[in-house]
Amino acid sequence: MSTATGTDGTRPAARRPRWRPRSAGGVTREAGPLTYVALVLTVLLSVFPLYWMFVVATRGNQAIAQRPPALVPGGELTDNIVRTLQNEHANFALGLLNSVIVASVTAVSVVLFCSLAGFALAKLSFTGRNVLTLGVILTMMVPIQMAVVPMLIMMDAFNWRGDIQAVIVPFMVTGFGVFMMRQYALQGVPTELIESARIDGCSLPRTFFSVVLPALRPAMAVLGLLTFMQNWNEFIWPIAVLGPSNPTVQVSINQLNEGYTTDFALMFTGAALATLPLLLVFVVFGRHLIGGIMEGAIKG
Amino acid sequence: MSVVKSGARSRDESSPGAPREDPSPTQRERRERRSALLSRLDMRLSPYMFVSPYFIIFGTFGLFPVLFTFWISLHDWGLLTGNQGFIGLDNYVTLLSDAKFYNALGNTLGIFLLAIVPQLLLALLLADTLNRNIRLRGFFRVGVIIPYITSIAAMAIIFGQLFGRDFGLINYALETIGVGAVEWTNNRFASWTAIAVMIDWRWLGFNTLIYLAAMQAIPRDMYEAAAIDGASRLRQFAQITVPMVRPTIMFTVIISTIGQMQLFTEPVIFGRGYEGGTQGQFQTVAMLMFEEAMGRQNFGYGSAVAWSIFVLIVVFALVNVLFVSRIRSAGESERR
Repeated sequence: MSTATGTDGTRPAARRPRWRPRSAGGVTREAGPLTYVALVLTVLLSVFPLYWMFVVATRGNQAIAQRPPALVPGGELTDNIVRTLQNEHANFALGLLNSVIVASVTAVSVVLFCSLAGFALAKLSFTGRNVLTLGVILTMMVPIQMAVVPMLIMMDAFNWRGDIQAVIVPFMVTGFGVFMMRQYALQGVPTELIESARIDGCSLPRTFFSVVLPALRPAMAVLGLLTFMQNWNEFIWPIAVLGPSNPTVQVSINQLNEGYTTDFALMFTGAALATLPLLLVFVVFGRHLIGGIMEGAIKG
Repeated sequence: MSVVKSGARSRDESSPGAPREDPSPTQRERRERRSALLSRLDMRLSPYMFVSPYFIIFGTFGLFPVLFTFWISLHDWGLLTGNQGFIGLDNYVTLLSDAKFYNALGNTLGIFLLAIVPQLLLALLLADTLNRNIRLRGFFRVGVIIPYITSIAAMAIIFGQLFGRDFGLINYALETIGVGAVEWTNNRFASWTAIAVMIDWRWLGFNTLIYLAAMQAIPRDMYEAAAIDGASRLRQFAQITVPMVRPTIMFTVIISTIGQMQLFTEPVIFGRGYEGGTQGQFQTVAMLMFEEAMGRQNFGYGSAVAWSIFVLIVVFALVNVLFVSRIRSAGESERR
């Protein structure tokens, strides 16, 4: 059976439980050739916008208007990169550097603080634990827009406006991170492990660093990756608080996009430069990420 | 903050009291006592120490601003003019009679539905496909998740060009097959579609992997039994797979709802600004909030719009939770 027939028939089958099967297929869950066609098509559609981005980034503006469209890379990548980095509105190199700093620092900090809190909420008993856990879950529902106006007022008061600590410090912890580490610690950190460390005379902080952290490592890797990606992508708050003179890479991209001309080669090269670090991270850690998303789905 | 204080209090109570109870301890006993005391202290204080970084940072940059937003929304407050005084619920009254707000609300909900329904249906089908005995399983998983690890703003630029009226590849393809070019930005429904495509392109693989994980937890013998009874693959999908992953479907619906009610980056890049097209045809509530708070520097009114986003999320989350609990009470099989 192919995916195509599945698409057509899903709804009637769901509505009429007594629907009689035309064929008694599916004893083994083998895939037919149409399945592969559908899958390959999906992957092509997933990759094509990225591929198109790199094609235009290696060509000039004429590639946009060319008909039929140019579908192989050209030789102008270096020129385009130089032009993008030199663009006076975008401050692209600084944006890239800032984004690397912001995403790395927040990732490390979120992993550390959320592991601490998640472990405590999962494995230690103390007064107020349940209330605090509920609080963490509720905070996951608070949208960033809710905080933009007062945060701007606060940043002015701290004199942080335009500085990158304004996009680091508020993101050093996340409710999602605490929740995720708590869920993982519930199953991944055996209580006997903590107890035996205590009997050996370890204090709780020492137990945390020498026994708990190693056990949490898989979840920490995934949380670190997700946090890095999230802060690399963060758009709303940097746009609000940082100016074009000290941007993150997303602010730089927006500058290229807002320009008064439509220099597609420039915009596409900027987009490619902003995407490349994430792709590199994915090439190195992708396996963890896929495993993490799927594991999180079962535990969450 | 109160957490830290209560921890400090417990130290004050126990540390001076304990050694005095014992008049003539030997050196060794005293040391043991002390270490037992330290250990008790450690057990009582450390948990608060562990959770305090989260609650201090979140309290300062999360909870406080959110409450402060509500306070600001009750005032006539501009960036340059500052606080012009308490005006009660006037900003909310204005909001409820603001045509731009209803426009933005309609756009947000419209794009939400247009994006989420096909996205989750496709993700289910794709996950079911990936759950079969296929070759190159790892390759296909990587292939579908790649969009998820791209930069949103960067890809919104690429899609903005693909959906371009004159030079966009999508219009080129539509013209080639004889459908004709579409005004992707100027036509309301077309602009919603373009934005929904950007969202779905990015999130399809993510939701697919989540469903796939849930599907892998379904015992294989259920399918075997169904197949022996003569159920087709289609029927297996509708009557085994979908009911078994229903809790996961609810989870993705809630996550998507929270994300979509805040939709901002894609339409901002697509329309090159907070206005959402010449007629505001794809201005979302989050964009309206930005236009008011940043563009017009009207903090009070912008804060009222911000609270409306929160209310939207809470209402939708509650609807979903009610939905889930109804399914649970109906006695659906539960994995978790």
